[in-house]
Amino acid sequence: MSDSSAVEPWIRQSANPKFDRILVTPEGVPLNVTVAAAGARAGALLLDIVIILGLIILVTIAGLALLWAFGVALGDNLQNTNGPLQFLAVVWIISVFLFRNAYFLYFELGDRAATWGKRAVGIRVAARDGGRLTAEAVIARNIVRDVELFLPLVFLSSAEASGTMSGLTAWAGFLWVLMFLLFPLFNKDRLRGGDVIAGTWVIQNVKKNLGDIVAPSAIAPDGAAPFARYQFSDADLSVYGEYELQTLENVLRIDQDDALQKVAASICQKIGWEPGSGDERAFLEAYYTALRARLERSMRFGKRRKDKHSPHE
Amino acid sequence: MSTEQALSAAVLRSDRFRLEREADWIRLEAMVTKMEKGKSRRLSDDDVLALPTLYRTLLSSLSIARENSLDAGLIDYLEGLALRSYFLVYGTQTSFGRWLGSFFGGGWSRAVRAIRYDIWIALSVMIAGALIGYILVAGDRDWFYALVPSNFSDVRVPGASEAALRGTLFGGQDGDGLGVFAAFLFSNNAQVAILAFALGFAFAIPSILLLIHNMALLGAMLWVFAQRGLTTEFVGWLSIHGTTELFAILLAGAAGIHVGRSIAFPGTRSHLKAASDAGKRAALVMVGVIVMLICAGLLEGFARQLVDNTAGRFAVGGGMLLLWLLYFIGFGRTRRRPGA
Repeated sequence: MSDSSAVEPWIRQSANPKFDRILVTPEGVPLNVTVAAAGARAGALLLDIVIILGLIILVTIAGLALLWAFGVALGDNLQNTNGPLQFLAVVWIISVFLFRNAYFLYFELGDRAATWGKRAVGIRVAARDGGRLTAEAVIARNIVRDVELFLPLVFLSSAEASGTMSGLTAWAGFLWVLMFLLFPLFNKDRLRGGDVIAGTWVIQNVKKNLGDIVAPSAIAPDGAAPFARYQFSDADLSVYGEYELQTLENVLRIDQDDALQKVAASICQKIGWEPGSGDERAFLEAYYTALRARLERSMRFGKRRKDKHSPHE
Repeated sequence: MSTEQALSAAVLRSDRFRLEREADWIRLEAMVTKMEKGKSRRLSDDDVLALPTLYRTLLSSLSIARENSLDAGLIDYLEGLALRSYFLVYGTQTSFGRWLGSFFGGGWSRAVRAIRYDIWIALSVMIAGALIGYILVAGDRDWFYALVPSNFSDVRVPGASEAALRGTLFGGQDGDGLGVFAAFLFSNNAQVAILAFALGFAFAIPSILLLIHNMALLGAMLWVFAQRGLTTEFVGWLSIHGTTELFAILLAGAAGIHVGRSIAFPGTRSHLKAASDAGKRAALVMVGVIVMLICAGLLEGFARQLVDNTAGRFAVGGGMLLLWLLYFIGFGRTRRRPGA
């Protein structure tokens, strides 16, 4: 994460570089990660709250249904329903406590280290130092959630209900509560108080599929590979760098006819060829393969060319 | 086209590199996908054994690809797969049962001993809080109403008669609703303890204030009973669950102070590192606090109403205190010896 590594070519430059970070695995291999944005965090939390409320309501309804069933079975005998009633109340209080506190623990201790809400928006919890995410860390980050989230809710509702708050204390309390709630917005890693204490952060999940070989016709087995039809000189290949190569890779992977035509025409113009027609894909694959072979060769000697404006190796 | 043919026909060295290794990557990806869906039990033994090797091979493939290949799509894929498998290889690997075993088998008592200085701080704060409450109310009765919330002070107010006060301590409970009461008390106390810990995050000052306030309430109440010569009875009534509950609140406050102190004075470590070290230690203590509060809730809900004499209450309360002290001071020490 030092400045010297900022020039390493493998560091990803995403659309929003503010959230790009590097995580070093215990094996010493640095990986690009993206810190989850505050909006994603808030969305996930909102979903989780809805789910928790849903669970509480579900348990309440189930309890009431059970109570009603008891009432029917025992013929409204109050003497007898007293026992089950108490039992249900105990179950209800304990399950609400568990939903409120254990929901986050259970899911963040799982293999995906994410609650349902986090899964839905594609984020997960990870240890900031690249080590193992421990049970203690998950417990610590979730215990602090109480002051950040539930305390403001309780504070606001009790102030509302009792009406004892004078203007000044209400505002002071509200600011204090807000400070915790908005803590993630005031640091670059979007850490909330619990993340600070637990040594964790929340990052985005990645799921990329293994694409095909970019230029498959270059490895056609029948000898009549189109690659052989085009021969590019050194000068033809020296007009572009890695950035242009990767743009070309994208065009080839997406494989849309008009894009292929446009790119083929502009390459031909650049290297002074007559643009042919009907054979753009074969031409582009051949050019891509030749350019990549050339750039990779000099790369192996430690010389990289970032884009067409960079000096020659 | 078979892999061998493709290999011999590939023009680019980096494409050959990929074709030679992609079978391993695809196998790892299939395993990772299964594990992420929570179906890790369905992995074969071979797969489970191969996971760390495949993961390390993948990392080295990634490092090589970064230096040798300009196939951006391939590098993105390797990077994503490396991150996903890293999370599984270095995930939370202990099962809940095993973690619980290590927790009760010494992890908890070691964590408590590790924050002993903060426990002394919290203890002195609590004693000071109780004294403050007692002295304030002794000096001016109106302080009582400022300290004690109205739902606690039904009959237990300054100037109440001895009979009325004695009535709140003994008898009158027929055992109804005790379970509900215990569950409610536990849920309530647990949230207070969690609050005492979580507030430590703000340099421990709110934790200390919370401890002082709660103990001042107790001190004020003690004065009310002391006025009518019921000190011993009140302490007995309190001690049956109070030794466990106050101990738990003491630990929660100490855990909060520990975190706050580490943030304020991190020593040679960075602030964030100090905070996370302290936070993980304190989290262990907090799980224990919840366990203690469950015990306290049960004692308060059942034992206090069932044991209706002061001597019995002192016996139960003192016994619990002795049990906790023995556990925290003596348990789980042997495992530290080899390292010392």
